[in-house]
Amino acid sequence: MPVRSKPAETSDPRLARRSFLGIGAALTGSLALGVRPGHAQPASPPAEPPWSQSIGPGVVDRPYGRPADAEADVIRRNVPWLTAGTESSISFSPLQSLHGIITPNGLFFERYHSGRPDVDPDQHRLMIHGLVERPLILTMKDIVRFPSVSRIHFIECPANGGMEWRAAQLNSLQFNHGMISCAEWTGVRLSTLLEEVGVKKEAAWAMVEGADGAHMNRSLPLHKCLDDCLVVYAQNGEALRPEQGYPLRLVVPGWEGNVSIKWLRRIKLGDRPWYSREETSKYTDLMPDGTSRGFTWLIDAKSVITFPCPEKPLSGPGLYEIRGLAWTGNGKVKRVDVSTDGGVNWQTARLHEPVLSKALTKFTLPWRWDGRPALLESRVIDETGYVQPTIAQLRKQRGSNSVYHNNSIQTWQVKPDGSVFDVQLA
Amino acid sequence: MFNSRNRAMLLAAAVAAVATAAGAAEPGYYGYGKIASPEEIAGWNIDVRGDDGAGLPPGSGTVARGTEVFSEQCASCHGTFGEGEGRFPKLAGGMGTLKHDRPELTVGSYWPFAPTLFDYINRAMPMQAPHTLSADDVYALTAYILNLNDIVPNEFVADQDSLAKVKMPNRDSFVWTDPRPDTMAKPCMSACANPADVKIVSTAEGRDLTPRTTGPLDTMQPK
Repeated sequence: MPVRSKPAETSDPRLARRSFLGIGAALTGSLALGVRPGHAQPASPPAEPPWSQSIGPGVVDRPYGRPADAEADVIRRNVPWLTAGTESSISFSPLQSLHGIITPNGLFFERYHSGRPDVDPDQHRLMIHGLVERPLILTMKDIVRFPSVSRIHFIECPANGGMEWRAAQLNSLQFNHGMISCAEWTGVRLSTLLEEVGVKKEAAWAMVEGADGAHMNRSLPLHKCLDDCLVVYAQNGEALRPEQGYPLRLVVPGWEGNVSIKWLRRIKLGDRPWYSREETSKYTDLMPDGTSRGFTWLIDAKSVITFPCPEKPLSGPGLYEIRGLAWTGNGKVKRVDVSTDGGVNWQTARLHEPVLSKALTKFTLPWRWDGRPALLESRVIDETGYVQPTIAQLRKQRGSNSVYHNNSIQTWQVKPDGSVFDVQLA
Repeated sequence: MFNSRNRAMLLAAAVAAVATAAGAAEPGYYGYGKIASPEEIAGWNIDVRGDDGAGLPPGSGTVARGTEVFSEQCASCHGTFGEGEGRFPKLAGGMGTLKHDRPELTVGSYWPFAPTLFDYINRAMPMQAPHTLSADDVYALTAYILNLNDIVPNEFVADQDSLAKVKMPNRDSFVWTDPRPDTMAKPCMSACANPADVKIVSTAEGRDLTPRTTGPLDTMQPK
């Protein structure tokens, strides 16, 4: 790094700054390396940076913290042309800038059917009725009193990747894969609540409904409710965000996101499913023969390389760590393989602890890039032995009009200049 | 289909059932909350079951009345004849297109059950002012939208009895059990394909569909 001046020798920071403003040659050098001019370098060694020469704001300057100003690009984003308005729409998590298996609460993807309601927790109620012995109305205080559990689970919209069924369209990790997020959820098991109301013998299904303007609702088989569903009030240790269902939501681990009803207000038990709009006209998968699949709740195993990606290209040949995320609604990720030649040869990546059931799992693989074109892919195998398919294998079964449940292998094309593009292979 | 995944799910369900039976508290063990009264339940008990119309309230509505309500409450987004304005959903037409390259999924071409239409309008519409329509007007809108799709005649009256009897054109095309896994990929590790056959058939490069992922939110509009 060519630093020509010697600002550290002066005790006056203003002098140091002036001397830095004159280093055109050094700036040229930094541009070639991708460093933003006038940003990093004037404060790099041997200089003392200005933040080391002053006193910063004190505690409670930001009583509720927020990310550094320089991270302002790391936000949820939407595809404006996708929906009629933002009130019935989706936003995408910036996976290209996230480093772990937990999604920060402010970056968790959003899906609304009637906008984000502003619910008063003191007036919010959960009603449980139908085929039960004791129909109940619970306040938030009542719900928090029940025995609590915390579990880490992903939630993925089944339309994640849905715009890629026909062809590669969106050159972005965020927009092709960002309808998934993962959090630690705290609440009460749904089975505990159902035991408290007493399930009648003939009950076999539950209708779950939100307090939003759309009273969004879905049917769930009772066995899933009793297995691992949670009624949660906290997300990564703090109260749910309004975007994720404050003050109360359902979490249905491993199943398509829209069954995890937000702003949960009602659970009704019945003997058959309800066939609501959201499980007939939407969230059903149209096949090439004109038939449709309904109640396709399971999120199949899926993985994606998060570095490099279109938003995070390579900066010249050398050693890199390929990084990515894998998940499966079936339970745990067993193995992830990575290919750099479009699926001809594969290497098994390292899985990082913790590897949790129905949660995001991180994988990495060291890779020395020689600067030649490459086709990067990852492929997950879950604990049931299910292998993530290619888009060609999926299309062969389902055509290209099924919208949902595209869990195919993502191919990233790396060009000699290090840029990365979303492509599909024959 | 007893593949390993289904077995795992059945096993999980069985284990859960045993655990529930073994550790089950009696109903009312915790005693939290209050018993819901019939009046309280009635206020929220809005759900209508799609396949048999269970839960449909008293009331009725004609196609003629539906025409009026629709033009006041719905047409600004869905178009006067359900054709859909902009990117708002088209409600009518598309019959026989489900096998096409670009299928049109509407109430008439796709929805399997007529009572679901009542349930959804009553549950969520109109988007700016949900839960403001009377049961009669919801019945009328249901009748009008079914009529737009030539599923019921002009003199049709929607009510508790008539809606469940309407057979939607696409009713029998749904399979309600999940046939997945439907791909049987094998985890080959080396020489899995001829390198000469690995060809890019589609790229997002230069398609100009992707909003920016840096800077302020992109407002790009349909191309």
